[in-house]
Amino acid sequence: MPEIRKAVVTVLGIDRKGIIARISAVLYDHNVNILDISQTVMEDYFHMILIADITDCAFDQLSEQLSALGQEMGLQIRVQRSEIFEAMHQV
Amino acid sequence: MVTSSQILSTLHMIDREKLDVRTITMGISLFGCVSDNEDRLCQKVYDHIARTAQNLVRVGEEIEREIGVPIVNKRISVTPAALISGGVTHPVKLAKALDRAARATGVNFIGGYSALVQKGMTAADRRLMDSIPEALSETEFLCSSINIGSTRAGIDMDAVRLMGQIVKDTAQRTAEAGGLGCAKLVVFCNAVEDNPFMAGAFHGPGEGDCAVSVGVSGPGVVKCALEAVRGQPFDEVAETIKRTAFRITRVGQLVAREASRRLNVPFGIVDLSLAPTPSVGDSVAAILEEMGLESCGTHGTTAALALLNDAVKKGGVMASSHVGGLSGAFIPVSEDIGMIAAAERGALTLDKLEAMTCVCSVGLDMIAIPGDTTAETISAIIADEAAIGMINNKTVAVRVIPVPGAQVGDSVEFGGLLGHAPVMPVHPFSSADFIHRGGRIPAPLHSLRN
Repeated sequence: MPEIRKAVVTVLGIDRKGIIARISAVLYDHNVNILDISQTVMEDYFHMILIADITDCAFDQLSEQLSALGQEMGLQIRVQRSEIFEAMHQV
Repeated sequence: MVTSSQILSTLHMIDREKLDVRTITMGISLFGCVSDNEDRLCQKVYDHIARTAQNLVRVGEEIEREIGVPIVNKRISVTPAALISGGVTHPVKLAKALDRAARATGVNFIGGYSALVQKGMTAADRRLMDSIPEALSETEFLCSSINIGSTRAGIDMDAVRLMGQIVKDTAQRTAEAGGLGCAKLVVFCNAVEDNPFMAGAFHGPGEGDCAVSVGVSGPGVVKCALEAVRGQPFDEVAETIKRTAFRITRVGQLVAREASRRLNVPFGIVDLSLAPTPSVGDSVAAILEEMGLESCGTHGTTAALALLNDAVKKGGVMASSHVGGLSGAFIPVSEDIGMIAAAERGALTLDKLEAMTCVCSVGLDMIAIPGDTTAETISAIIADEAAIGMINNKTVAVRVIPVPGAQVGDSVEFGGLLGHAPVMPVHPFSSADFIHRGGRIPAPLHSLRN
């Protein structure tokens, strides 16, 4: 079975309509499957962590599109390979 | 799977606590380039480096983007140039070839304009050492290092005498930049063969054809972790540093493994170092002060640094399959905003820094001294530091900058990661007769330890 490559997408900013919809659309366009998603809204702040399967996607293009979307919507959107978090927090 | 709070803590370390990987360094052996024809050697060296390291910067940037952690420098280290330059009459030609190769590959620095003279100097070593001031003033990316002593060989005091003058001449030749050439010149005792950090990196003769090594960093992360245990006993301080060093080093190990795989080059080592930068929140001095010292340099500083250095190694060593290089806390004065402040307020002196180097990596580093300091005094500073390394079986180094025209109280700006430094006083009493004796200090006895 081919190895799955995972990424963590984190989103932070002022809550508004359509954040999840717009981000999901970008992920869909890049052939990315969403594995897990959690979000919290504290007062006006929106905060989301999304785990994605990026096995069949071009990482750099996805990353560029998400940060462009972040700029457009006034959000900080980042995508990072999941290995960095696993390395730091799992023995 | 990792939890949300773990993900957020990593992002916090990157954004607020300046977690970064300081360097990916590719070590390249140049033994295959040896030739008795000077021009042919230079061409082969250039071609070999440009070909071997052609993807280094691209791969480094790729990894940086994918894991979201800055990788500040991409560098090359090569076989000590003196070992391949037996047939070279003008080593500066080789220096320029190395510099051109660095430019072609896009790296930040290339290290290895070096000679290992702990037991004596060959004609090639001597030619290379004499050429250092010219080589460093006529190149942009080149770094030079000379090993003048070791625990097994003792200290070559003829080389120590020469290096005092070479440091002076290098400062003079780069006077318009505050003696910046000296920031690229390190004098070692017990130099290591796999150090990825500049200016002392070279690819030792015991290394293979090529290897990638990674130097980690993260003083800001350690400082922030210690804020949570304020007032608690040292047991807790040590445990906190170990846990933090483990996390930092795991990032380095991940980067090293990925770089090795993508470049198809063997993984060398991870260097477990706390390397400060001049930016706020990235200071080793601030960690020592967080432990309860009013200012770095006051009584207690050596003990605090000893604990820090040891805990960093203990935490880091389990996080990597191969640890090496200089591994420990660095205390470069000009590159650490807390050290600069401590020196400016008079709390940190050259003598205290010398004591601190007994318990940490690496030595008297990036220290500006008055421009009229004599070559013999610089040699004597080198000899003292080398003695600490020789007796204690550890790597030590001296990188001092006798800033032309500058006096105590002046400040000199080096720019970028090299920071700025207050000019620190040296002892006014002469060491000239001591240095002019020459010869060798014999290797020490390692029993009857007192």
